[in-house]
Amino acid sequence: MNPADPIISVKGVYKSFGQRKILNGINLDVREGETLVIMGGSGCGKSTLLRSVIGLIEPDRGEIFLFGKNMSRSTEEERNETRKKFGMLFQGAALFNSLTVGENVALPLREHTDLDAPIIEIIVKVKLELVGLTGFEDLMPYELSGGMKKRVALARALALDPKIVFYDEPGAGLDPITATVVDHLITDLTHKLKITSVVVSHEMKSAFRIADRVAVLQKGKVVAFGTPQEVQDSDVPYVRQFINGEIEDSAAIRETKENYLKSIFGDDIDS
Amino acid sequence: MRIKFFDSILDFLGSLGARSHRFFSEVYGIAKLVTASLRWTGLYLTGRKSKLVREAFAKQLVLMGNDSFGIVALVAASIGAVLALQAAYQLRQFGAILYTGSLVSLSVTRELGPVVTAVVISGRIGARITAELGTMKVQEELDALTTMGIPVIPFLAIPRLLALAIMLPCLTALADIIGMFGGYLVGTLSLGISSGLYIIKSFDMLVMKDVLTGIIKSFVFAVLIGFISIHKGFSVDEGAEGVGKATTASVVLSIIAIIVADCLFTAIFYYLFP
Repeated sequence: MNPADPIISVKGVYKSFGQRKILNGINLDVREGETLVIMGGSGCGKSTLLRSVIGLIEPDRGEIFLFGKNMSRSTEEERNETRKKFGMLFQGAALFNSLTVGENVALPLREHTDLDAPIIEIIVKVKLELVGLTGFEDLMPYELSGGMKKRVALARALALDPKIVFYDEPGAGLDPITATVVDHLITDLTHKLKITSVVVSHEMKSAFRIADRVAVLQKGKVVAFGTPQEVQDSDVPYVRQFINGEIEDSAAIRETKENYLKSIFGDDIDS
Repeated sequence: MRIKFFDSILDFLGSLGARSHRFFSEVYGIAKLVTASLRWTGLYLTGRKSKLVREAFAKQLVLMGNDSFGIVALVAASIGAVLALQAAYQLRQFGAILYTGSLVSLSVTRELGPVVTAVVISGRIGARITAELGTMKVQEELDALTTMGIPVIPFLAIPRLLALAIMLPCLTALADIIGMFGGYLVGTLSLGISSGLYIIKSFDMLVMKDVLTGIIKSFVFAVLIGFISIHKGFSVDEGAEGVGKATTASVVLSIIAIIVADCLFTAIFYYLFP
């Protein structure tokens, strides 16, 4: 892999669930070391895109390259190798409820390395320190607040010193202040550890605060892609609407069922 | 009128189609789980090592044994006692009350021990497996494992399957002994059979084959409970409500599978080892 090559490259990806087209030909490149925010309304396909990139969903068409390796053509074994090189922060943190905070962070280390228990303990301490949770090793996940859970999940995602970290709605379910703290953590870690970050979010303020580049998705297509400034200055109507949070005509909120179905299935249905 | 009639026929055919589609996708899901489990078990048997999998296996063994020991003992003792009473009720008419012990020991080891233990375990452990895995699925914990490069089949499914396959035959053996003891208590204390005679009669008729076929059956039941409950857990997809539904479905399906398999294997053993 060339240093100049994008670290993640999404080429012409399509994905449908039944008749619903979710991804409609997505092209996206992520450069090493940048923070890319993928933005869009509910149901625009941003979560599906993220899940395709990390190999949880197989795209119908198109190719996804991570570190120059084609994920959809890899064997499960090769995919697991690639997966050690990135971390993922899930929307609901997805901590293992039967394990303590320390054990959660230690899990990938214990599976993928031959390190001795005392060394793993030290690494766990360091990772928790990084997210500002020193001394929380022995607590259980249910004893933590939502924001703390996210931070533990982040420490776990960082356990194997990944090159890329994916975030699925990092601010979801958090109060504005805690969400800002998590945002700061993301930019902080990205710069300190030289990590490439890919953030999926629908919260504009936070997106423009942390992004080097922003991609806006609508109905499974990238409609705007560039620096935060470029996207803010974009004259694509949907992007303008999305940024200003206004509805073009008031009819849109009282959408009829037929229109809604058409918007999902395309015009080729007879109702 | 005609059109309505055809519509209802079409609806009926459609629902048949939908049902068989559901049925076959379920069968396909279980078949996929079985092949994946076999493949991974093969990999671990041929030298692949994982501390996590070994630890999870040990943890599941202890958990299952501890969880079910008491309840299995209680149920088995009751079954043995009831069996002795019911047998005595009939045998008394022929003056054959002495044979109560043989009847209890045979029916417990051949049939009731394995089946009742399996049914209790499917409610006790099968339901827990489905609820646990289903909750993990809903909370994206399964996805989290996958993205950490920790495959879920060896880390979650195989420890539970193996622990069940080892624990259920053990619990069945225990149920056999306790069931016979329950019969012994009733026989000696309430039917007035002398202790020595009851014990002699109990073991007189019993041969190794009786115990072994029961244990083999219980192993088959364990595999059935394991695959059904794990598959149901992994295929939850509608949040908390889905977990409840899947748990119920898992227990019902397990019990049906146990009884059908019992019928099948009893017939096989009957003709193979007459």
